[in-house]
Amino acid sequence: MSEQSLAIRKFSDLANPTRFLALSAAVWPWMAAVTALFFAVGLYLCFSTVGDYQQGETVRIMYIHVPAAWLSMMCYSVMALSALGTLVWRHPLADVSAKTAAPIGACFTFIALITGSLWGKPMWGTWWVWDARLTSVFVLFLMYLGLIALNRAVDDPTRAAKVGAILILVGFVNIPIIKFSVEWWNTLHQPASVIRLDGPTIDPEFLRPLVVMAIAFTLLFFTLHILAMRNEILRRRVATLRRLAARSAGHGSGGPGLAGPGLAAPEEAPR
Amino acid sequence: MTALLLRDLKLSVRAGGGAMIGVLFFMTVVAVIPFGVGPDLNLLARIGPAILWIGALLASLLGLDRLFQAEREDGSLDLILMQETPLVLTVLVKCLAHWIATGLPLVIASPLLALFMNMDAPAMAATMLTLLVGTPAITFIGAAGAAVAVALPRGGLLVSILVLPLAIPVLIFGVSAVYAAVQEPAPFLPPFLFLTALTLVFAVIGPVAAAAALRASTD
Amino acid sequence: MRLVAERLSARRGEDLIFRDISFEIGAGEVLVVKGPNGSGKSTLLRVVAGLLARETGKIRLTGEGAQAFETVATACHYLGHHNAMKRELTVAENLRFWKDFAGDSTSGSGIGIDAAAEAVGLGGIVHLPFGYLSAGQQRRMAMAKLLVAWRPVWILDEPTAALDAAAETMFAGLVKAHLGRGGLAIAATHQPLGLGAVAELHMAGFAGENVEAWA
Repeated sequence: MSEQSLAIRKFSDLANPTRFLALSAAVWPWMAAVTALFFAVGLYLCFSTVGDYQQGETVRIMYIHVPAAWLSMMCYSVMALSALGTLVWRHPLADVSAKTAAPIGACFTFIALITGSLWGKPMWGTWWVWDARLTSVFVLFLMYLGLIALNRAVDDPTRAAKVGAILILVGFVNIPIIKFSVEWWNTLHQPASVIRLDGPTIDPEFLRPLVVMAIAFTLLFFTLHILAMRNEILRRRVATLRRLAARSAGHGSGGPGLAGPGLAAPEEAPR
Repeated sequence: MTALLLRDLKLSVRAGGGAMIGVLFFMTVVAVIPFGVGPDLNLLARIGPAILWIGALLASLLGLDRLFQAEREDGSLDLILMQETPLVLTVLVKCLAHWIATGLPLVIASPLLALFMNMDAPAMAATMLTLLVGTPAITFIGAAGAAVAVALPRGGLLVSILVLPLAIPVLIFGVSAVYAAVQEPAPFLPPFLFLTALTLVFAVIGPVAAAAALRASTD
Repeated sequence: MRLVAERLSARRGEDLIFRDISFEIGAGEVLVVKGPNGSGKSTLLRVVAGLLARETGKIRLTGEGAQAFETVATACHYLGHHNAMKRELTVAENLRFWKDFAGDSTSGSGIGIDAAAEAVGLGGIVHLPFGYLSAGQQRRMAMAKLLVAWRPVWILDEPTAALDAAAETMFAGLVKAHLGRGGLAIAATHQPLGLGAVAELHMAGFAGENVEAWA
């Protein structure tokens, strides 16, 4: 029992925004450095490997496309976890995490779509095909945009976080259904003539840069996410200070209890 | 619960209610299609089921944003939240009332529009059947969107944006079931059963999510 | 039955509206919440009604009959700023709906629709659509809603804001009758309710440290 409660205490320590800011300030430069290193190695490998005899140089698009597609899904999973954190544990940082992950996820999804399209032009002779994968990713992109729109439409961040979290989870439950139905639809309408890149026959020659790039992209995501979370915390802190200033102006000098550090960061209040 | 169902049905047919608007929108959308694609009867017969389904999907979303917003604006939502009745059940009943008022008329109007689309009897029957089974799913998942956007002044558009991607599976299985019924080799039952399953799954997810969102958005 | 609130605090958005509010109301008693605009009267009532999550503290029902209620909210009627009536439906349909949907609590029973309309001084117009009524009449009919389904606790947020003196007297009579049946009431108001000597809770707003001032 005591072990568990200790673990929980450690967990909630991390949830304290001030601690998070301090910790992330120490961590992010290192993460950025490691990310840059992986990107350097990954990009070098990308361009040092030989092109595919069938696909030629365009195969290198895959080194961007596949990691971006992978991240588009991982980011949604991170958001779903954060949504659980918001709804179940009322974790103050979970709100921040879910909200800031959405634009990053949308960007990676967009990159996946663009690179997929660029790769499709020489491969399929057209910019866009209603391939099951591309279509699913496109629907995912629409869902990201919807979530961002919702976040922007609700002015109270706590409420935005809660309803956003519910929507994220509904979407998360739906993603497998959508994926399945899109594949069903695809086999119905289109003969399976699409060249599939992945599969068991991928050459280790291509696999190595792909793995390095996937790691680099994942690290990039976490670095960006931490930085975005820092921004969001600071933004909320500024908003709180402004509101307090407005309040104390209405009440003359303002109450003595207002200036305390405990209230300057609303996320610190016990929940 | 019957009281709520009856009240919502009454409200939908009284002045300002949205029952007939949905059907009108449905008919207008379907009537506009031939002007876009041309009056080729063969082509219309071929794309007819899809057009009817898309029209019904859009018409079902119409007015969905008012499902909880109207209750919130006049304070009824507060009282509904305070009752002993589980909120999930209340939401489910409201969804049913909304579907009877807006979804069922679409189903009933679909054979008429199918005639305009030059669809033959089997396609007409299949479209009607799939709409009957499939449109509740749109209402259920739409209720979640409506509840999420309940406090927003311009929630209507947002509800459609949020709900449409989630409703894609319903459209896919609905339309494929119709085509399966018409075109010989494909069996009708698998997509139809998937559609039924979707409706049942959404009947759980939708009200649960909507109830949670309504609780979260009181202020 | 007693309604006991201990050290409540609540926030709206990110702002702490009040903190450490405690009170206790017994059967047949009314608590009047007073204070300037923005001091958190409405927020307090919504917290008691379970419509807003409380930050800290407890609200509970104790004493005889309290076990019948799963939550405090189910024992309460809430009369907020809005009337919670549909303009398109007739008054009778509105009241009938709330009577059926809310249902009676175990400890009492509501009166009929016509009797309720009579009690608020508007008998004979229940067949009219609610939207046809004047603002004052609408408010009175919203009060009739409190009568058709029995709830031991009445939560009243500015109940007489749009009403004339006669209606205020009428409403004071309703509240007295409710208290006489063993009910409880908590009301936020600027105007005196005409209930005679009652317990008052003064909310000073958060900026004045002195939040918990009892009369």
